[in-house]
Amino acid sequence: MVNLIIDGKNISAEKDTMLLEAARTAGIAIPTLCAHEAVSRSGSCRLCVVEIKKGNRTRIVTSCLYGVEEGLVVNTKSDRVLNVRRLVMELLLARCPESDVLQKMAKEMGVESQGRFVADTDHGKCILCRSCVRVCEEVVGVSAIGLFARGSQKTVGTPYNEKSDVCIGCGACAYVCPTGHIEMLTTGDKRKIWGRTFKMQTCDTCGRYFAPVDQLKYISKKTGVPLKELAICMDCR
Amino acid sequence: MNENPDTQARQIQDNLTIYYGPKKKFVTICAGTGCRASGSLKVKEALEAEIKKQNMKVEVLATGCLGFCEKGPMVVVHPDKYFYQHVKVEDVPEIVSKTVAKGEVISRLLYRHPDTKKTLFREEDLPFYKKQLRVVFGKNGMIDPAKIDDYLAIDGYQALAKVLSDMTPEAVINEVKKAGLRGRGGGGFPTAVKWEGVRKAHGEPKYVIANGDEGDPGAYMDRSLMEGNPHSIIEGMIIGAYAVGAHEGYMYVRNEYPLAVKHLSVAIEAAKEKGLLGKNILGTDFSFDIKINKGAGAFVCGESSALFASIEGRAGEPRAKYVHAVEKGLWDKPTVLNNVETWANVPLIINRGADWYASIGTEGSKGTKIFSLVGKINNTGLVEVPMGTTLYEIIYDMGGGIPNGRKFKAVQTGGPSGGCIPESLLDIPVDFDKLTEVGSMMGSGGMIVMDDRSCMVDVARYFLAFLKEESCGKCVPCREGVRRMSDILEDICAGKGKEGDVELLETMSQSIADGSLCALGGSAPNPVLSTIRYFREEYDAHIKDHRCPAGVCKALITYSIDPEKCTGCGLCIKVCPTQATSGEKKKAHSIDNNKCIRCGACIESCKFDAINVK
Amino acid sequence: MTKAISVAAKTRQIVKKHGGDKSAMIAVLQDIQEAFNYLPKEALKTASKAMKVPFSRVYEAATFYTAFSLKPRGKNIIKICMGTACHVRGASALEDKFERTLGIKPGETTTDKKFSLETVNCVGACALGPLVVINTEYHGQMTMNKVDKLINKIKEEGAQR
Repeated sequence: MVNLIIDGKNISAEKDTMLLEAARTAGIAIPTLCAHEAVSRSGSCRLCVVEIKKGNRTRIVTSCLYGVEEGLVVNTKSDRVLNVRRLVMELLLARCPESDVLQKMAKEMGVESQGRFVADTDHGKCILCRSCVRVCEEVVGVSAIGLFARGSQKTVGTPYNEKSDVCIGCGACAYVCPTGHIEMLTTGDKRKIWGRTFKMQTCDTCGRYFAPVDQLKYISKKTGVPLKELAICMDCR
Repeated sequence: MNENPDTQARQIQDNLTIYYGPKKKFVTICAGTGCRASGSLKVKEALEAEIKKQNMKVEVLATGCLGFCEKGPMVVVHPDKYFYQHVKVEDVPEIVSKTVAKGEVISRLLYRHPDTKKTLFREEDLPFYKKQLRVVFGKNGMIDPAKIDDYLAIDGYQALAKVLSDMTPEAVINEVKKAGLRGRGGGGFPTAVKWEGVRKAHGEPKYVIANGDEGDPGAYMDRSLMEGNPHSIIEGMIIGAYAVGAHEGYMYVRNEYPLAVKHLSVAIEAAKEKGLLGKNILGTDFSFDIKINKGAGAFVCGESSALFASIEGRAGEPRAKYVHAVEKGLWDKPTVLNNVETWANVPLIINRGADWYASIGTEGSKGTKIFSLVGKINNTGLVEVPMGTTLYEIIYDMGGGIPNGRKFKAVQTGGPSGGCIPESLLDIPVDFDKLTEVGSMMGSGGMIVMDDRSCMVDVARYFLAFLKEESCGKCVPCREGVRRMSDILEDICAGKGKEGDVELLETMSQSIADGSLCALGGSAPNPVLSTIRYFREEYDAHIKDHRCPAGVCKALITYSIDPEKCTGCGLCIKVCPTQATSGEKKKAHSIDNNKCIRCGACIESCKFDAINVK
Repeated sequence: MTKAISVAAKTRQIVKKHGGDKSAMIAVLQDIQEAFNYLPKEALKTASKAMKVPFSRVYEAATFYTAFSLKPRGKNIIKICMGTACHVRGASALEDKFERTLGIKPGETTTDKKFSLETVNCVGACALGPLVVINTEYHGQMTMNKVDKLINKIKEEGAQR
């Protein structure tokens, strides 16, 4: 067990625990946007920053990726920390003015829009947290989408914005997206996502449309389980 | 093959095809990228042809960059060492028949001292070179970088032979530690500590990498070193690899430096042929090989974890994880990443000893540093000085001061991560800590001199625009924050600045510096903060008075023609793209400011300096 | 001039030359750009298959680095150096001049496909600033007057070939 101090509290945590989890377990709230339990850590939104002190040195680090250390002193609400969080929220609000998730979060944190930043109109609700890309790569394994270009030109999507051959229409990306930016429309026997329309499979038992045929084909190929056996929805299993 | 490496190395030296003795006649001509662009290769061809024509057998050596780029093409005739500048193809027959054949000097080709008007004969007499200590860079002028034999002739690879025959890896690290070598790429991190970290780390294989990405605009020291003396870097890397236990190395070179890539490739092949690289170096059981990776136009790839990502075949995004490269670097293995100039210092330390090295420089910064002195300066070029030399000495004694009688305003150091230093601080000694104290940093060594016609707000705007383009886009504070700061600066320069903008820039700066994932965003605020610190009145003029005192920001200036000076020649009317200038022949012309786009074409063309900028 | 082999075949050759490992991605893309003067979609798809790297990853690398162009480029690539030293010596005014003369912005190609305009952040020849590199030739101490002369010279040379 590793002993450290967070916001004046003595905390004991297992080795290799991140400061984020150590704090949350102790009841200390730290906001996050790009961290999702289903995927590896990105460290890109910078909302979860905390101030750490080792000896005489203080540093601002993201708690999602900094592991607990013996004798570490952590401050989750110092002025520097709160200023970074405030700036991140102001910047994201200006980037995605339509996002109610961000507006709610900002309100909870007491942050208002920074009037000097002209609001963008061409980013939708995407904050480039990369959760969708990571889930498609790490969990689903097809890497249908990516983050292209760099800097302020960075965008999420399929190569050339064209239909992806490898996408299986599973919707994992839409599921992990923190702001609901990714559009997935499922009506009847069709699902549309990333510009491609997928045919949905009916459940052998209850007859409901429950998953794209391509997704089941993919699972069948990966696991060796025949397609027929996969054509049963979760409820009926 | 189990001979003493020392003996092997000496045998190699003895087998040289060319040996430059003190009385031998030969001609060197600088063939760095800068001089090539001035036509030095044509001059070389002309020299060779003329020498042949006059039936002489004199070698013409295309050397690496000599540093005095303002005066290229430069030719040095040995053994007298007459230093000729701005040499044209037309000068060649005279050079050959007079200087090469008879040792007669040609005055008009010599450097003329701007104050005393005296002509000076040799490199060591020139004010540009006098106060320099060219222990690393000076070798460029003695070798053809494409010929390993030239490098061997000046004690090349002697340090390697000494290390492999007499020193343990720990002894090598101790020597570098005693010397006090700090990284020359910008971080200034103690090199021996880095090496020790990798030596002790767990994980195989270990890697050593030379960072030749040199992204700071205006800095080209590394280019000239890679082009001009590639073996010095290679030798340093082999020694470093031996010290840390690595057998694989990489050189990461900017895509924009094709000649450097070529010379490094040639050098690596030549070293392999002589058993100085590859398996069983100099007959020992130490093996080490080097691969070259080219960059692809991303400044952020100068950052260590982004550089690793690039070598691994991915987009150059830095790593957010808190883990040191010495533990987990390239492919998550222990890695030493050092700048090429750092590597070039290593053979020097081994050859001449740590005590000698530590006797140069200041308490905290040992050795020399190569700087690129560019911008509004008379003697543009590369200078190598002991740490602790003052900015004044560099800019005035070596640089020859500001051209066209204009006044010094600031010197920008440290590239986009650095800041501007005003006249009041010109006496500060240049070293890592002092420059950081005044709000700038040494960075990789770029020194851009600015005069009273440079707008400091425009300088900040320029750097932020650069960083906005180069940001990888991964983290919010940099991608969004640097972009917004850049937007505000564009507004200020366009006359749309608002009260409170400076304060907002300052507030944002702290959080962007704190919150960014890597040093690109982390140091992005520096150019803004340092210009606000020393040139606040310029910001105020732009925002409150809608004025650009330096006469640069187009939206805030007007062009007008001085009727006293204008001769009515009509040149400005010819070149104006918007027909804003008008007037009758031989009568004073005028400019319609509604049409004028302040492109500067008229100013460039006017022979009478009749156009005023306000 | 017709291409002797297909884009896909040439790409496979390039991948093979670099050992086929995904770590050679940047070098492979550089050679593809060298061969075709840009990165054709077919080449990227072929590289993805040959190197067993997801197409989205290949596209990420191709769009991240500014040395790569996804659009066909002109016969003559004009690179204006926008490094700090050149900036201080008036590179911005030169950029505007090139834009006016050619009618295109950086990143674009003229409709007759003769010229592509790009900016580059320092080529390391600062003594000659402001500097423009056209294909592999360096043109130092550029002035607005020289721009017109240079463009005309290139057009004439092109017409003669």
